Amino acid sequence: MSKPVVFGQNLSRYYEVSGGVFKKPGLVKALDGASFTLEPGKTLAVVGESGCGKSTLARLVSMIEPPSGGTLEIDGKPAVVGSVEHRKTVQIVFQNPFGSLNPRHKVGTILEEPLRLNTDMDAQARRKRAEETMERVGLRLEHYERYPHMFSGGQRQRIAIARALMLNPRVLVLDEPVSALDLSIQAQVLNLLADLQDELGLAYMFISHDLSVVKHIANEVMVMYLGKVVEAGKTTDLFEKPRHPYTAALLSATPKADPAKKSHRIMLTGELPSPLNPPKGCAFNPRCAYATEECRRSAPKLEAVGVTQVACFHPLG
Amino acid sequence: MALLNIQNLSVDFKTAGGLFRAVDSVDIACERGEILSIVGESGSGKSVSMLALMGLLPWTAQITADKMEFDGKDLGRMSRRERRKIIGKDISMIFQEPISSLNPCFTVGFQIGEVLKLHLGMDRATRRKRSIELLDLVGIPAPETRLSAFPHQLSGGMNQRVMIAMALAGDPKLLIADEPTTALDVTIQAQILELLVSLQREKQMALILITHDMGVVAETAERVQVQYAGQRVEEQPVLDLFEAPHHPYTSALLAALPERAVGRKLPSIPGVVPGQFDRPTGCLFAPRCSFVKPDCHKGVKRQPAELGHALCNHPIASSGSKTSAAGGAA
Ligand SMILES: Nc1ncnc2c1ncn2[C@@H]1O[C@H](COP(=O)(O)OP(=O)(O)OP(=O)(O)O)[C@@H](O)[C@H]1O
Ligand SMILES: Nc1ncnc2c1ncn2[C@@H]1O[C@H](COP(=O)(O)OP(=O)(O)OP(=O)(O)O)[C@@H](O)[C@H]1O
Ligand SMILES: [Mg+2]
Ligand SMILES: [Mg+2]
Repeated sequence: MSKPVVFGQNLSRYYEVSGGVFKKPGLVKALDGASFTLEPGKTLAVVGESGCGKSTLARLVSMIEPPSGGTLEIDGKPAVVGSVEHRKTVQIVFQNPFGSLNPRHKVGTILEEPLRLNTDMDAQARRKRAEETMERVGLRLEHYERYPHMFSGGQRQRIAIARALMLNPRVLVLDEPVSALDLSIQAQVLNLLADLQDELGLAYMFISHDLSVVKHIANEVMVMYLGKVVEAGKTTDLFEKPRHPYTAALLSATPKADPAKKSHRIMLTGELPSPLNPPKGCAFNPRCAYATEECRRSAPKLEAVGVTQVACFHPLG
Repeated sequence: MALLNIQNLSVDFKTAGGLFRAVDSVDIACERGEILSIVGESGSGKSVSMLALMGLLPWTAQITADKMEFDGKDLGRMSRRERRKIIGKDISMIFQEPISSLNPCFTVGFQIGEVLKLHLGMDRATRRKRSIELLDLVGIPAPETRLSAFPHQLSGGMNQRVMIAMALAGDPKLLIADEPTTALDVTIQAQILELLVSLQREKQMALILITHDMGVVAETAERVQVQYAGQRVEEQPVLDLFEAPHHPYTSALLAALPERAVGRKLPSIPGVVPGQFDRPTGCLFAPRCSFVKPDCHKGVKRQPAELGHALCNHPIASSGSKTSAAGGAA
């Protein structure tokens, strides 16, 4: 096993939100104690419900925000928000490619910005690097002079990936990197990510809701629910034998690209919990078919069950 | 009569380098209560054709169509005022970029309320009640407290659900959903799709679903239209399309499914979609097509319904075997 580039332990991030004019402010535990390692040449996928804290985790790992608690280490040293060294090591591709691209800047300017801010390359070298990277991600050279609004959703995502590659990072945090792409470009981007990983030994944190993609590219998977990790393990193990009832529901809800097959979904019932007011005990208990008194009383810890780590009092057999 | 009937729609953008054809002679028809899915290459004009229908393109866009009919009315000839009464109410759209289509300066409650005020003339108290119902319907927890939230305080998926709630506010006859579930995880996606399908069944709401997720297409759509480089290249009922795609592009698209992958590399289509300056004559897919023949560079013809209306000189007859040039024309 190679030495991890990124090591996170018990990472958490809390936000204070106003509860309306007459209510007292509440605390959103967007991320509540996640531990993981990112290794060179390996992909860790993060999956889970919308709002479970995936993007928050992504922002912590790429040091855009400091954690409220826990430790984050890059190459064995504590991570520092704003350090140029660390920015070069870890780059992020944001979930919303439009919001993250400055509409007033041309694609060329957008791509060269990280070089201008973090390196002393001259204009010619910057342009050369930008053009190489554009080619690499399947953009056309004529796009260099265009503005983001002139591109389709998928094309914009490629610009965002190109920008993240500009500084030759060792870790890429990819927040839903292919969900806006069509299948053939998704295939190109996934192949590109695989190539880059093989050539440069990049470590990926890959956030996705598409489990067929996760199954294809991830070595390890971390399943999150309401800010907490509920299951983690090798991709093959987790897909073969999900132990947490939520993981099982996720797997069964993934639509199959085969209209001739009827899928058997485990439809989750019950209210989606509010992160402002999480349920007592196990956060999943109100929607869980196996919940008991114990689950409503106390929160299960993440523990080894068989070959995966599971936070559940009644893991599936 | 079809609820929506668009014929020969083209959209050209004025750009610094001249006109750019984003939508090229596309027909789109949708029956009352039908679910039509539009799939295809990124940049193939799926969003732009729908935005043209909604009248939401910038002034740089030149729109032409032989017919643009909704519910028996000619949208092209309507005054702006008449059109505004329909758009946003009878036809509504869930946009691809939820964040950029929600106004960051106003609360979620205010923005849903505006739709209800504009199209249904509801008073304040009724608006609030209906807004809470709508947020609840799309599965947003604690909807009362979320009314006072600003878009940036919500996760991507929640913003998307707010958008869906807004689109449903006016009880539309046609809902255009442009990647409605991209930012959502699968359990919520299943719930949203279930909701849309139930509205389609109970209220005979027609649904045009634009998505790259072939799983969603397979499980939801009745008919599928495939677009490439601004053109409609194939159209078939969903079962037939997955079983026997006739256009080489459709076939290559389905081959790129991770589920069908063997090994680490996925089969992808070599090359890129033609741009403004290298638009080929003849078939637009020819430069990337593995079945290309010399005549493909001269012109391209539309095949009959049995061959999926494929815009292709040499359509795939059934999986594996190819018709000859002569056979294809027969
Ligand atoms: N700046 C903030 N202020 C207050 N709450 C926030 C803030 N950022 C995120 N949150 C809340 O933290 C929780 C986690 O949000 P996050 O964006 O990390 O979710 P996510 O897992 O990425 O969801 P999605 O799949 O929808 O993108 C949500 O409940 C969200 O509303
Ligand atoms: N305002 C504009 N000016 C110039 N070109 C534009 C403009 N808006 C869109 N285009 C171009 O029109 C084409 C079609 O874009 P559209 O957004 O419809 O693609 P799409 O099929 O929806 O793709 P995706 O699946 O990525 O969302 C693209 O090549 C895009 O670059
Ligand atoms: Mg997110
Ligand atoms: Mg689009």
